[in-house]
Amino acid sequence: MALTNEIIRQHVTEKFGEEIYDWSELYAMLTFTSHKDLNLKVLQFLFDDPILQFRFLTDLCAVHYPEKKNEELAVVYHLHNLVDNIRIRYKVFTDVNNPGVFSATALYASANWMERETYDFYGVNFIGHPNLVRILNADEMDYFPMRKEYPLEEQTRVDKDDEMFGRD
Amino acid sequence: MARPVQYNLTNKFVEAPIALANPPEGYTGEGFFATKLNDVVGLARKNSIWPLPFATSCCGIEFMALMASHYDLARFGSERVSFSPRQCDLLMVMGTIAKKMAPIVKQVYLQMAEPRWVLAMGACASSGGIFDSYAVLQGIDQIIPVDVYVPGCPPRPEAVLDGFIKVQDLVGKESLRRRNSDRYKELMNSYGIQ
Repeated sequence: MALTNEIIRQHVTEKFGEEIYDWSELYAMLTFTSHKDLNLKVLQFLFDDPILQFRFLTDLCAVHYPEKKNEELAVVYHLHNLVDNIRIRYKVFTDVNNPGVFSATALYASANWMERETYDFYGVNFIGHPNLVRILNADEMDYFPMRKEYPLEEQTRVDKDDEMFGRD
Repeated sequence: MARPVQYNLTNKFVEAPIALANPPEGYTGEGFFATKLNDVVGLARKNSIWPLPFATSCCGIEFMALMASHYDLARFGSERVSFSPRQCDLLMVMGTIAKKMAPIVKQVYLQMAEPRWVLAMGACASSGGIFDSYAVLQGIDQIIPVDVYVPGCPPRPEAVLDGFIKVQDLVGKESLRRRNSDRYKELMNSYGIQ
């Protein structure tokens, strides 16, 4: 019997109950959320369960929602079941002033660089990561550029006249 | 039917098989020619510029066309493209320089021996171009002094040739004492280069 979104949902709910919420299916991809302290337990269950077998971490990234108070940063895990070829999306939200999330490196080796990238651009502090330093940006950079609190354009530039761009 | 071969049949008359540079101003008499040392050194330097291509993106592709037979930078005495900074005279920075790449450009510049010149090719090297973002250096003149800017995105090989001829002009007219002058030292100091 092929694995479907319904079976996944049923399985996860049996194990975690109300602790997993915000179920949705965007473009037929199952998406759910939990509290950030549960993330390793949920990932471990998704990895170990003989039916679910989500053993490949396709992508790990963050999203900044400045309007969501106390849960501004979302950390998104994209998991892939290579046996049944099914993908799911799992989110945890964290406060931007206290962006600590447990690191998934012990479970998925591929999380190492992706967590470094997420730290580099959003400043998510992955607790337990073996080497949480910047990976893409210059080492001396002192801010997290993809957070929406920073202006898009380079601020060191002096030759850009706002008037010529139709701005006040 | 085979295509007729027409190109190698006619013997073209070669007017001057060796191109000669125009001599500098001077005093000519029977068996001698007197001129300024400055001009002779300038003439020698400007017709044997060794470029160091620092190509990071699409401008580098245009540079390949420039070096190839159609545009042929070798006509200007620069067929010797060198990838060792120590022997080079002209640093050609072509393409987007990310902030992480900036120290490397500067290091390459520092490794070049004086006298050295810099040509910034294209919008990105000159001003950051369309990449007005946190990751991209807004023009290489923030880290090293630039002699000639070539605008364009990317510039056509003709434009780079034009820029190169401008560099030749600068090289030919440069005073031998310029690199020891206070003004030049001040310029270097403003970039933190001793």
